[in-house]
Amino acid sequence: MSDHNSASEHDSEHISPLGSSVAIWLALLLCTGITVGAAFIDLGPFNTIVALTIATIKATLVVLFFMHVKYTHEKLTGLVIVSAGFFLFILLALSMADYTTRLWR
Amino acid sequence: MPTSQVVVDEHAHQNPALLHHFVTESQQKNAASLGMWLFLAQEVMFFGGLFCAYLVYRYKYFADFGSASQQLDIRLGAINTVVLICSSLTVVLGVRAAQLGKRMALVFWLVATIFLGLVFLGIKADEYAEKFEKHHVPGAHFNYHELLPGQEKFPEAERQYANPHHAEMYFSLYFAMTGMHALHMIIGVGLFGFLAYMAWRGKYTPEYYTPIENSGLYWHFVDIIWIYLFPLLYLIDRHR
Repeated sequence: MSDHNSASEHDSEHISPLGSSVAIWLALLLCTGITVGAAFIDLGPFNTIVALTIATIKATLVVLFFMHVKYTHEKLTGLVIVSAGFFLFILLALSMADYTTRLWR
Repeated sequence: MPTSQVVVDEHAHQNPALLHHFVTESQQKNAASLGMWLFLAQEVMFFGGLFCAYLVYRYKYFADFGSASQQLDIRLGAINTVVLICSSLTVVLGVRAAQLGKRMALVFWLVATIFLGLVFLGIKADEYAEKFEKHHVPGAHFNYHELLPGQEKFPEAERQYANPHHAEMYFSLYFAMTGMHALHMIIGVGLFGFLAYMAWRGKYTPEYYTPIENSGLYWHFVDIIWIYLFPLLYLIDRHR
C-alpha cells in the first residue's frame, strides 16, 4: 500500500483494494442500522446529536475512501473540501446564532 | 536508459485524450479533478441553503416537525439508504474496473449503478404517490390532522394536535430537499447511461478514465446528501 502510493509516475492514481472497499461498504451499512436503532431509543436532546454524528462518520468514510481523498497527493482537493465545510459552517452557525437569539419573538 | 525514456514520453503525448494545452496526462487529470471538486463545493453551498432553511424551521416548529416526520415510512427510507450505499460500492467497483482496463466489468458496474439508482427513484415515487393520496402535498389540497409526537398516551380529550401550517412547512421542505436530491439522481442515471454506452464502445482505458472518476465523485456526493437527509427527515422524534 505505502510503496504503491510513494512517488511513482502515477501519483494521482490509486487503485483501491477490493477488500477495503467492501469493508467500508459494510461499515456504512452497519452505521445505517445503528442510526435507525438509535432513533427509537429515548436519548433526550442527544437523539439528534447521535443521528448527525453517525451521518458525519458515514459522509467522512465516503469522502475519504470511496472518493479516494485519503489517497490523493493533490493538496488543493483538501483545500476545496475544507473550504466547502467551513463556509457551510458559517452559513448554518451564523443563521442559527440569529434565529435562536430572537428573544423578543 | 534516458533515450528510451524520451521516446516513451513522446508516445504518451500522442494519446488522443491529452489536450494540447496540458503538458502531461497527470496534469490534465488533476485539473479535471480540481474542477469537479470545485463544482461539488458549489453543490454543498446549494444544498446548504436548503439544510439551513430546514434547521431554522425545525427549531421554530420543533414538535410539529416531529409529527409530520412520523408520516414518512421509515422502512422505505432505510431501504433507500441501503440502496444508495450499495450503488456507491458499484461506482467504486466501476472505477476500479476502469483503472484495471476491464471493459465489460466496467459496463456491468455502471449498469448496476443505473439499476440501483432507478430502484431508489422508484421507491421515492411510491412515497410521493402516498403523500398525494393522504393530501400531504403542500398547496390548495393540503390537509393535516395528526397528533403531536407522544400524545397517544394521554386521554383523548387532552391530546394535542400538530399545527397544520407548521406541518405544511415540513412537507414543503421535504419535497424541496428530496425533490432536488431526486433531480440529482435522475441526472446521475442519465450520466451513467452515457458512460455505460461509451465504456461499451471502449472509450475508457487505464490511461484515460477521467469521466468515470468524476461522475463517480458526483454520485458519491449525491449519496452523502441522502446520508444527511435520511436522519433529518425520517428519524426525528421516533422515540416519543
